[in-house]
Amino acid sequence: MLNYDRLVFEQSVKGRKGYSLLNNTYPSKYQMADLGAKLRLKTVPLPELSELDVVRHYTLLSQKNFGVETGFYPLGSCTMKYNPKINEELAALPGFTRIHPLQYPSSIQGTLKIYRYLSEMLSEIVGMDAFTLNPFAGAHGELTGLMIMKQYHLNRQDFKRTKVIVPDAAHGTNPASSAVAGMDIIEIPSTASGLVDIEQLKAVLNDDVAGMMLTNPNTLGIFDRNICEICRLVHEAGGLMYYDGANLNALLGQARPGDMGFDIVHVNLHKTFSTPHGGGGPGSGPVGVKKKLAHLLPGPQVKETDGFCYIETSAESIGRVSGFFGNTLVWIRAYAYILTLGKENIKQVGELATINANYVKESLKDDYLLPIEGPCMHECVFDGLLDKSTNVTTLDIAKRLLDFGYHAPTIYFPLLFHQSIMIEPTETESKQTLDDFIAVMKTVAKEAKEHPDIVKEAPHATLVSRIDEVYAAKKMILTYQDLLEENAKINEVK
Amino acid sequence: MFKYFPHTENDLFAMKAKIGIRNTADLFRDIPENVAFRRDYDIPSAMSEIELRKHLEALAAENKTPIVFSGMGAYDHYNPAIIAQLVNREEFLTAYTPYQPEVAQGTLQYIFEFQSMVAMLSGMEVANASMYDGATATAEAMFMGLAIAKRNKFLVSATVSPFVLDVIKTYAHFRGVEIVMVPMKDGVIDRDELLALIGDDIAGLIVQKPNFYGIIEDYTGIADQLHAKKAILIENNDISTLAVLKTPSDDGADIACGDCQSLGMPLAFGGPYLGYMATKKAYARKLPGRIVGQSFDKNGKRAYVLTLQAREQHIRREKANSNICSNQSLMALYATIYLALMGPDGLKEVNEMAYSGAHYLYDELLKTGKFFVAFEQPFLKEFVVKTSLPPDLIRHALDEAGMFAAVVIDETASGMQMLLNFAVTEKRTKKEIDCLVAVLGGLSC
Repeated sequence: MLNYDRLVFEQSVKGRKGYSLLNNTYPSKYQMADLGAKLRLKTVPLPELSELDVVRHYTLLSQKNFGVETGFYPLGSCTMKYNPKINEELAALPGFTRIHPLQYPSSIQGTLKIYRYLSEMLSEIVGMDAFTLNPFAGAHGELTGLMIMKQYHLNRQDFKRTKVIVPDAAHGTNPASSAVAGMDIIEIPSTASGLVDIEQLKAVLNDDVAGMMLTNPNTLGIFDRNICEICRLVHEAGGLMYYDGANLNALLGQARPGDMGFDIVHVNLHKTFSTPHGGGGPGSGPVGVKKKLAHLLPGPQVKETDGFCYIETSAESIGRVSGFFGNTLVWIRAYAYILTLGKENIKQVGELATINANYVKESLKDDYLLPIEGPCMHECVFDGLLDKSTNVTTLDIAKRLLDFGYHAPTIYFPLLFHQSIMIEPTETESKQTLDDFIAVMKTVAKEAKEHPDIVKEAPHATLVSRIDEVYAAKKMILTYQDLLEENAKINEVK
Repeated sequence: MFKYFPHTENDLFAMKAKIGIRNTADLFRDIPENVAFRRDYDIPSAMSEIELRKHLEALAAENKTPIVFSGMGAYDHYNPAIIAQLVNREEFLTAYTPYQPEVAQGTLQYIFEFQSMVAMLSGMEVANASMYDGATATAEAMFMGLAIAKRNKFLVSATVSPFVLDVIKTYAHFRGVEIVMVPMKDGVIDRDELLALIGDDIAGLIVQKPNFYGIIEDYTGIADQLHAKKAILIENNDISTLAVLKTPSDDGADIACGDCQSLGMPLAFGGPYLGYMATKKAYARKLPGRIVGQSFDKNGKRAYVLTLQAREQHIRREKANSNICSNQSLMALYATIYLALMGPDGLKEVNEMAYSGAHYLYDELLKTGKFFVAFEQPFLKEFVVKTSLPPDLIRHALDEAGMFAAVVIDETASGMQMLLNFAVTEKRTKKEIDCLVAVLGGLSC
């Protein structure tokens, strides 16, 4: 059935029904039709299906997907580690799923306690003093953190500080978040090895700098040994240091952003703390701050006195960044994950993730161009094949990997190299898995030399081959209605 | 070893040999000694699955799960059993954003279906792949409106939910956007005040339907007044109600946005929910977030792919109008399955049942003589009433009865009397309502 390609609308048969509701036992005088002109004229053209129709349709769709449990997912910067099953079970407990966000604190102590406990554990792990769990995703955490940074300066009547320093090797969300927070970006070039160029940094430090955003290890998987100096310089210039937690996995058990001098940190629970990515969310991007910024955290805030948790937002808060408390069921999963690992195991995460990445790096450097020598941390970056004589590109390699049952690594990022291949194995993958992957990477490198067309035309074994992206952008068929109209046009021509 | 770490001593020995190190510490030599973390984290010891389950079950038991009779952005609708089963399939659950479309057609197709369904419900032409929640979707719609109108001042109706308004205000404050509130009259936007406020410097107006008080406002003509000044209309809706109410498109809105929680999503203390955003095709390139388009593969097979990506933050970086990256994809699958299951009739029935229940409750409350009309306005499933009973008395009585209702709306700022919020969904029964009315009717100061 893998050739199944119907849309749910194309499975619809008039008169079918997939639900059952209570009988309406209210007095018959209560009729919605009385709303008259307030009602829409046409029925919504939603599909009509039986329950099994729906179950089968989405089961078949699921089989067209690749997940962490399907196979190795070495997507750099995304930390595709195993998502433990017990966390799913616990987050689904009715006590957590059946509570209204406006219930009184006395009736929701369980969830509020988790909010507090997880905030405290995250504070300890990254070296901060207070956390908000409200931001919905990494980029949302960045935005929240930058708002805190900006408000900190505004509160000090330091109105000039409107600029954020972002290295050119940063994740794309960093400059975007700065722009959305109403700040200007100063992009500074990195050194040849992707590190912060101290001289470049000094040159832009000024009394108009609000702070600097940095991920460390950086997007090349390299720890910036000058980090304390960088923090010192920015602090001396009156700025704050923001830690982009996308690459936090490498640091578990090794170092804490707070100790390095960072003032604000966001953490991606869907990366470092094992919650599933869900095909692009829901994630969770808690933000931690040092004590001097704690009063600025967004509302609603969860506080505690003598073991009783309550909801109160400080008057100086930057305000709400979410309707309620963020993706609560995601942070409950992360809480369960941290307790499962406990202090005994969590400290090993960074070490094992780093060994895995270095093992892949050392095993592939005879076939792929390693632009920067020396140890990496949780991920390694190659700049395409070592032998580029057949013009096989990084995109080709990524597509060919799909044929062998692997998800592709992150490609064409970081932007420092033209053919970046970014591999992040994570600590939950075994040596056997890595050996198999390494063997396939070597096979692909060999194919690229001997039968380049096989690689250039890949993938061959997937359900669909390479997709015409230009057609998609040009035709803009973005809904089923568009699709029907396009089909009608094609038929007319015929 | 620990269950999530597959490394044996032999594995580690062989791997270190390959890397060429004796100690793993060699891999961390770039971390300065003064910041190297040399102790255990001060967090609890590892729990076995048995202990963990007990611990979390005990915490869950500290939450009370009452019969819910309130809304204000979170509604206790029925969650069909199949949805949790399907969205928990690992192929959906553990996948990343569909960057490799050849192995992500499942995700891409459901997003295409979701976009189609949002367009059908809102009456708009295009929708994106999702936003975080209704509140952030509205704030981002405002940014989109600024980009369309190329102006920096937004009007917001006083009848918009304060939770949504707070997020709008936070986003606006940092972006330097001026927010002007349009006052209300009898629970709906004051048309005279509005007309006076629509000037040449206004980018647009944000309204909500049903509004924060549950009232189905009539926005006829407002879009024309805005368009005459080259400003736009943004309408925030509870998407479930769009199955029966006049659509934002009918109202002439340029951007429709809001929350999809009402599509059978668990209350879950406020999240994960799902924001949506839809607009006219002319503004498609201004939409934030991801968009999926239909195309063909090399062999002419129909396929889906992320498209119009030049708008996105990873390309536009510092020129970006939005920074959204991860969204709420799995919740979009939730909404899509719900809508496929309920179909046009199911969603209509859901609204009819809620209408009947809410109006029955409203009348019964008034009959007790302890609750009074706040606004003479039409509503669907949610409404407010006035009372002179003390809020604590109501709260305790309901708590005892295992119910959650009558959330107090603090309108002291606007000098109004205390308002209580009630909402009824298709899950509530007449018996439950009678029970609620009996409890409330028996109270006295």
